Amino acid sequence: MTYDILTPAERAGAQSAAPASRWRQRAQGLLADYGLVLGFFAGWQIASMAGWLNPAVFPAPDRVVAALWNGLSSGALVDDIVISLQRAGIAFLAAVALGIPLGLLMGQMRPLERALDPILQLFRQTSALALYPVFILIFGLGEGSKVFVIFWATLFPILLATIGGVKEVDLKLVEMAHSFGASQLTIFRRVILPASVPPIFVGLRLSATTALLLLIAAEMIGANKGVGFQVMNAQYNFQIPLMFAAIFLLATLGLAANWVLVQLQRRLCSWSLDPR
Amino acid sequence: MFDTHQTTSGAVTIRDLSKSFHLDGAPLTVLRHLDLDIPAGQSLAIVGASGSGKTTLLRILAGLEEPDSGDVLIDDFPVRGLGRDRSVIFQEPRLIPWLNVLRNVAFGLEVQGVARTEAETRARRYLRLVGLTEFESALPRQLSGGMAQRVGIARALTVQPEILLLDEPLGALDAMTKLAMQKELSRIWAEERVTMVLVTHDLEEAIFLADRVMVLPREKGGTPKLMDIDLTRPRDRSDREFVRVRQQLMSEFGLH
Ligand SMILES: Nc1ncnc2c1ncn2[C@@H]1O[C@H](COP(=O)(O)OP(=O)(O)OP(=O)(O)O)[C@@H](O)[C@H]1O
Ligand SMILES: [Mg+2]
Repeated sequence: MTYDILTPAERAGAQSAAPASRWRQRAQGLLADYGLVLGFFAGWQIASMAGWLNPAVFPAPDRVVAALWNGLSSGALVDDIVISLQRAGIAFLAAVALGIPLGLLMGQMRPLERALDPILQLFRQTSALALYPVFILIFGLGEGSKVFVIFWATLFPILLATIGGVKEVDLKLVEMAHSFGASQLTIFRRVILPASVPPIFVGLRLSATTALLLLIAAEMIGANKGVGFQVMNAQYNFQIPLMFAAIFLLATLGLAANWVLVQLQRRLCSWSLDPR
Repeated sequence: MFDTHQTTSGAVTIRDLSKSFHLDGAPLTVLRHLDLDIPAGQSLAIVGASGSGKTTLLRILAGLEEPDSGDVLIDDFPVRGLGRDRSVIFQEPRLIPWLNVLRNVAFGLEVQGVARTEAETRARRYLRLVGLTEFESALPRQLSGGMAQRVGIARALTVQPEILLLDEPLGALDAMTKLAMQKELSRIWAEERVTMVLVTHDLEEAIFLADRVMVLPREKGGTPKLMDIDLTRPRDRSDREFVRVRQQLMSEFGLH
């Protein structure tokens, strides 16, 4: 997980240049940002074709792409993607729906925060994966326990980031609003809430990464669908290109989730993004 | 332009005001039995050593701090807490980073319940007054320090206070900007006919802007000294009279 607000491509895109050399600069920028990734796949392909890699363990990238294409066009992988997105999405949204309001409340109410903090710390430090068997006992081996374990793990980054965001709001701004006679509610709406949005986004992006991590773990245990399940299943059945295709899909899901959050962040709090 | 500065409201009366804090358990008296009258429309500068209680006094006037005892009266009515008749300009501009200049200036009105379009219309008037009309859609981080402070001043004026409370508003600015802003403040004060209480470290600034200078004594809780500045306006720093007043002020208050 990177805390960088802008991806390399965004940073490259932010640089302006004369129209004539813009394309060249852009290409250079892309090369600088993604050259290593391209080189990695090219090296892999070459090593496979030269026979330096055992194809039973590392199939050539073109075979992985072919497996991916087959899976997608036959619809088999699409079903897995849908169910995985559903699990992670429901859990993530539930964590947002609980974590942000609760965090906003706790950030403002010292007694509430003091009362809840020890138990929060305890829960947070207990790995969600260690609790997964407990959740299975409670919710059974179906969707309930899977969604819940992801929800559990994603709740804490959001909650803690929100609490921290509220507590770090510039008190001088609060006092300024107060000096104009703003009510507590107005101060919350006009100062505290907007000022907390950037730190909340840090929590959201961290949570999105955690959601995918837990998704895969949950799908590797007692699932018969989902991208995480496909990774395990393909490996059992020696469909190694398919296994890599599923891994590739997971990485893509992670990147896509981050992209969506970055777009949202740019909309909601561009003022905190671009450097002076 | 002589002292034709007459307004009917915004007179401040301070009666027997005391305030102490607790520092590591020990009481620290900052203001002791302070009495002061500021006629409506007057501009008073408060100077004094660091820690002498200037900010504390200003915050009590603003209603941001409670006195231990004594009264603050505005136009003969005792006040407690904040009031729309006063606005504060802090040492830092305290602009809201996600609002553009216009919306920052309108902020005070908006939190007081004025509708956004109405607030922005009134804000534009004060943006013009501080000379920042072209910057109305800029964000605070795109402004220089002096411009940001001007936005803060415009925001304080937009709510049309009777009393303007300024705590070292120009302290963080460079010398050139500071001089320009002092002129601007002097002009705004004359135009807006407000009572002005200005905390400053800068004696020249005090003489340039104030009708009266109050010096808080070095020893905490002592009796402050007051001196009238009878110079014609607009004032000129290089003027012989100005220099004389400055010297007089410095020797009278044992500042050199
Ligand atoms: N909230 C507080 N709690 C405890 N002590 C305080 C508090 N606010 C101010 N003081 C004390 O009161 C005294 C006066 O503080 P004040 O801020 O009014 O000084 P000042 O004259 O404005 O100084 P400066 O010129 O440095 O701004 C200081 O000794 C300070 O330590
Ligand atoms: Mg001070």
